[in-house]
Amino acid sequence: MALSGIQIYKMLPKTNCKECGFPTCLAFAMKLAAKQVELSACPHVSEESKAQLAESSAPPVRLVTLKSNGYQAAAGNEVVLFRHEKKFFHMPGLFIRVKDDLTSEQIKAKLAPAEAYEVDYVGLELTLDGFAVESVTGDAAAFATAVQAVNAVSHRPLILMSSDPDVIAAGLAAADCEIPLICAADGDNWEAMAGLAKEHKAALVVNGRTLDELADLTEKIKATGVEDLVLNPIGDNLSQRLALSTQIRRLALKKNFRALGYPLFVAPMDGEDIAYQSILAAQGIAKYGGFVVIDYFAPELAYPLLVLRQNIYTDPQKPIQVQPGLYEINDPTPESPVLVTTNFSITYFSVANEVDGSGLPAWLLVTEAEGMSVLTAWAAGKFDAERIAKDVKRFNVADKVANKRIVLPGHTAVLSGELEEELPGWEIKVGPREAVDIPAFMKQVLA
Amino acid sequence: MPVQIPKDKWPGQVRVATIGATEADGGTRTSVITVGGEKALPFMHFEAEMPYRPVIALEIKDRKPDDWSPLLLETWGEAMDAPGAWAKAAEAAGADMLQLSLSLTGVDGEPNTPDKAVTAVQSVLNSSGLPLAVFGPGQKEADNELLVPVAEATKGERIALGICEDKNYRTIVATAMANDHLVTARAPMDVNLSKQLNILITDMGLPLERIIMDPTTGALGYGIEYGYSVMERLRLAALQGDTMTQLPMIVTPGFEAWKAKESKVGTGVPAAWGDWLERAINWETLTAVALLESGADILVLRHPESVRRVRMAIEELMEAEELRLATGN
Repeated sequence: MALSGIQIYKMLPKTNCKECGFPTCLAFAMKLAAKQVELSACPHVSEESKAQLAESSAPPVRLVTLKSNGYQAAAGNEVVLFRHEKKFFHMPGLFIRVKDDLTSEQIKAKLAPAEAYEVDYVGLELTLDGFAVESVTGDAAAFATAVQAVNAVSHRPLILMSSDPDVIAAGLAAADCEIPLICAADGDNWEAMAGLAKEHKAALVVNGRTLDELADLTEKIKATGVEDLVLNPIGDNLSQRLALSTQIRRLALKKNFRALGYPLFVAPMDGEDIAYQSILAAQGIAKYGGFVVIDYFAPELAYPLLVLRQNIYTDPQKPIQVQPGLYEINDPTPESPVLVTTNFSITYFSVANEVDGSGLPAWLLVTEAEGMSVLTAWAAGKFDAERIAKDVKRFNVADKVANKRIVLPGHTAVLSGELEEELPGWEIKVGPREAVDIPAFMKQVLA
Repeated sequence: MPVQIPKDKWPGQVRVATIGATEADGGTRTSVITVGGEKALPFMHFEAEMPYRPVIALEIKDRKPDDWSPLLLETWGEAMDAPGAWAKAAEAAGADMLQLSLSLTGVDGEPNTPDKAVTAVQSVLNSSGLPLAVFGPGQKEADNELLVPVAEATKGERIALGICEDKNYRTIVATAMANDHLVTARAPMDVNLSKQLNILITDMGLPLERIIMDPTTGALGYGIEYGYSVMERLRLAALQGDTMTQLPMIVTPGFEAWKAKESKVGTGVPAAWGDWLERAINWETLTAVALLESGADILVLRHPESVRRVRMAIEELMEAEELRLATGN
């Protein structure tokens, strides 16, 4: 269990030497309890206390990081069951799986577009995280060849999948990846798999059909010195998968149950079609997955999954905002119109992309609305005529334009009267309700 | 190693609501839907039975819409020209329920009228035996002008009338009370505003069993995380015993997802967005699945393929055979 500040204080030297940067040992203990400082800041703590404190301060869900040629995929270190309680920290890695019964050329052809895939979402460039190679031939040489084929197109983290330690050993020898993920250890092969994980400093997936079985295996494997484990609770359907994942996260967080304090592995079974896999992956992203595998690469599926992951892992306390100001789109002139919106990033990017796509020049005035969308900001009184007029002045908009036309978002048409009073000499226009209709509006009404 | 399975025991329970009435109950529906009754978080069957499965509604309109994606126009084709035909097609596509949205204007651009609205609703009721929700165009005057005669003409059908919002709920609630219907109550992604609206509506005398709350959601990429978390918080509050949050939830992922550029538009978009139709269906389906996991009781969709996929998710999530959580349990 996590210790309180007082409990931690009892284990500190209590000399108030201040070398940790805090005035007293008690103050330092409080910071430790809040996980805001590291114990290593105290130079005088005893080895015994160190061991005790390390055990109690270990995160309830272990952070497991796959590393490869400068890429990494990390999962774990989560502290809540629901994102609104704080936030979800480590976005699950998304991996595309290939099987070793394909030829090297087929593997390269399948994976090259996935490797190169990059999509823009609200100014972020989103990519996939790596690839999984599964042995279906059972042949070690075929597996090694498949791993090499993957490495010929990608240097991202790898997941090596087989229940046969000899096959995994061949894959590990062939793989160009500092910390790959071995998948998987089970009741029969765990000793050999743990040995391979230790030897190659790899992380290891543990398969189990019940929580008992999983906890049993992780304890045995941990005793051999392998700690970077990932749990694969095998469920026959979405319901079982959800129940098992939820219970694992609950046990780790609420009971501090170490044997299940590891990130989760989510992969489809054989023969599940792309529609089913899309739903399974979405559930994995929303409900506690750490490494999520799908068999298909298609941009029309990769894009929504990457966006879902981004959305679920957004910090609920901090809406993503853009800087308020006057933005120039398509080289505006003093004759170009001024469009107004708020500084919520999704709103900004929706509007800016449409204006940009219209090919027509415009000024985009992004007002300070505390990161809220137009309707929310309007309802909360953060987007009204007074505030818009204030930002028109603050960003010297009148100096940039000769033709004083300002366009309100359609949802806030009601503000036009007041804005006319706030901005004498300006022509107030009402734009469309949805960003997607902006190009047509610009062509028909503003041109 | 025997693992002690923590089971949450909640003091509260979501209320049960039924939309639609069969002949025996004073209506003409051949089927009804019942939702709610949850005593645990979504699909945690090992803690408490989930008595009613989440329901899929298809949105139809009283006339061919001007602003829907070409993909939807293509899918529904000529059925969109007549609400009765559209209702039949939606039933054939596997919906449990229909959600009819009344338009502000007719195809000729003239304002919609009470007579036309009533005719459209009756044509839907005559063409399909599914239970029905009817939403106004979303403007106060028009909503009240159209929904009151609709409610009167369909007395006893137990239609869900919407959308009640804090700035306009009195007229809709009054007519629902007078004509044995339900209402949907929408608040803008805020737990307290949802509660407040439910209180205002029950203060008028409509029983909680006849309110379905709509917490509002955003599409994937357009604020889904806000709706998602508000739904989780509302459901947690309900289970903790907060009466005014103990209502089934309806959400409109179809409306939201098909408004997004990703679904609506097929040209002039980045190549990284991939195939248009499949992307649009993924957009709607993944929005719906995320909301299902956060507590939705009724999901209103627009595309038949999304209905098929979300149905597949619901079927699996409702499988409640004894779980292999632990050998000892």
